[in-house]
Amino acid sequence: MSKSMLRLNLNGQNGEYAVADNMLLIDFLREVAHLTGTKMGCDGGECGACTVLIDGRPQLSCLTLAASCAGRHVETVEGCAQGGRLSRLQRAFNEKLGSQCGYCTPGMIMAAEGLLRTNPHPTDSETQEALGGNICRCTGYVKIIESVRAAASGEPL
Amino acid sequence: MEYLPDFKVVRPATVQQAVAAYAAHADARYIAGGTDLMVNVRRGIVAPQTLIDIGGVAEITAIDAQQNGGVRIGAGVTLNELAAHGLIAKEYPAIAEAARQVAAPTHRQVATVGGNLCLDTRCLYYNQSEWWRVSNNYCLKNKGEVCHVAPSGSRCFAAFSGDLAPALMVFDAEVEISGPNGVRSLPLSEMYNDDGAAHLKLEKGEMLTAVIIKSGDGWRSGYAKARVRGSIDFPLAGVAIALKRQGDRLSDIRVAFTGTNSYPVMLRKTEGLLQGPFDVDALTALLPKQITPMPSTFYPPGYRRKVAANLTRALARRLFEES
Ligand SMILES: Cc1cc2nc3c(=O)[nH]c(=O)nc-3n(C[C@H](O)[C@H](O)[C@H](O)COP(=O)(O)OP(=O)(O)OC[C@H]3O[C@@H](n4cnc5c(N)ncnc54)[C@H](O)[C@@H]3O)c2cc1C
Ligand code: SF4
Ligand code: FES
Ligand code: FES
Repeated sequence: MSKSMLRLNLNGQNGEYAVADNMLLIDFLREVAHLTGTKMGCDGGECGACTVLIDGRPQLSCLTLAASCAGRHVETVEGCAQGGRLSRLQRAFNEKLGSQCGYCTPGMIMAAEGLLRTNPHPTDSETQEALGGNICRCTGYVKIIESVRAAASGEPL
Repeated sequence: MEYLPDFKVVRPATVQQAVAAYAAHADARYIAGGTDLMVNVRRGIVAPQTLIDIGGVAEITAIDAQQNGGVRIGAGVTLNELAAHGLIAKEYPAIAEAARQVAAPTHRQVATVGGNLCLDTRCLYYNQSEWWRVSNNYCLKNKGEVCHVAPSGSRCFAAFSGDLAPALMVFDAEVEISGPNGVRSLPLSEMYNDDGAAHLKLEKGEMLTAVIIKSGDGWRSGYAKARVRGSIDFPLAGVAIALKRQGDRLSDIRVAFTGTNSYPVMLRKTEGLLQGPFDVDALTALLPKQITPMPSTFYPPGYRRKVAANLTRALARRLFEES
């Protein structure tokens, strides 16, 4: 098995890990870095549950090899809360019932986080487009769109 | 934990290094965005020993306007970059529309032009997990002996389902290929075989480096596709059209399809459409002999034939009226 040293910035921390060439980013996150917030929901790129930010952009960690993230910034749902306080987007999902069973939620939040960073006030159709690769079996999506809308509004949650 | 087959990854920085790395390793395979290949690796459909990751090859990532009016698009350009490019959006709407309708934005962030053109063909009996396929004794395309789509035949009818190929073909696209025997180019429409199990005419070790399209000046173009879910899905049928209008006539038209046959089909016999006032029924009358979907998707072939004709009719009308 071919291995190499992987240096990357994970949720703001620089780290160095020995990683096999054939290790997927999602397996690295869950099994090596023990960040189990990122979920695997399908057998190949179809559900979005595994979405993380790579250099600020939403990407599927189940189709990305860990070693290809050398020198990059990877952010998972664990990186959203600061000082024990959930991010505004996370609180919006909680308040607006954007999460039911919760399995799709980490992916939804990371895809929405990526959107809000480049487009802080998206229209609903821009939100739908950005979350187009994320499947939810519970909420029917309306509550998820409302959560993103609430997070983007200046209103108190 | 996902147990992937053991493989080694090589990361060349130039086309020359990539081609040399392919030759130097047994059972190698190029990988770009990985949004098609990694799925097939995860499902145990392919298990290459070496992946040549061409994501770091800078020389194939540019979009350059050519002096003669055409555009050269590097094979490593991502679909998000392609869709957002000013010149493409302005002069080649069919290409921007096709790129924007591939998968979801998370895929398009890394998915490349080269990967889209070399996309594996698709079939209900093939794009499945290992346990699903083994329960069905596999199929002709992969480890098995019978084609479940056409059991009495001896070929694979899996459908070519890339959205970009037809949109590039209506602009007379040529592909630039580098391989162990040097560099060559050929029309994109000649890069494919009518065989779902061997649809690419690339030689072992050859890689796509660029696609070159002719000037879009004077052409009106667009792309339309039917898919199960509007937000993310391969085409059940997709059509690209470029046309030039003169009064109530067409002075030229090019039409190409994806999702229906084992290769992207450039519609033949369109010359007749240039005689007399534009007649959209004469256009759709060309389809039945050339657009021949097989039962390789959940939706029956009859639906795909019908939807291909309806998409063609609506798109051709819109483009003609807008001209
Ligand atoms: C859920 C889902 C939905 C999708 N929907 C669509 C869709 O609607 N339309 C669509 O067209 N596609 C779709 N795709 C497939 C895929 O995302 C795109 O086709 C994408 O453009 C493939 O590009 P890539 O760079 O990721 O290819 P890769 O996966 O890296 O490669 C694909 C194939 O091309 C070969 N290859 C890659 N680059 C080169 C090169 N330069 N020279 C020679 N060979 C090369 C690889 O060896 C491999 O066989 C979907 C995928 C998923 C998972
Ligand atoms: S068309 Fe037949 S041989 Fe080809 S993938 Fe489908 S079942 Fe297999
Ligand atoms: S696990 Fe489903 S898209 Fe990654
Ligand atoms: S909350 Fe259950 S899958 Fe989305």
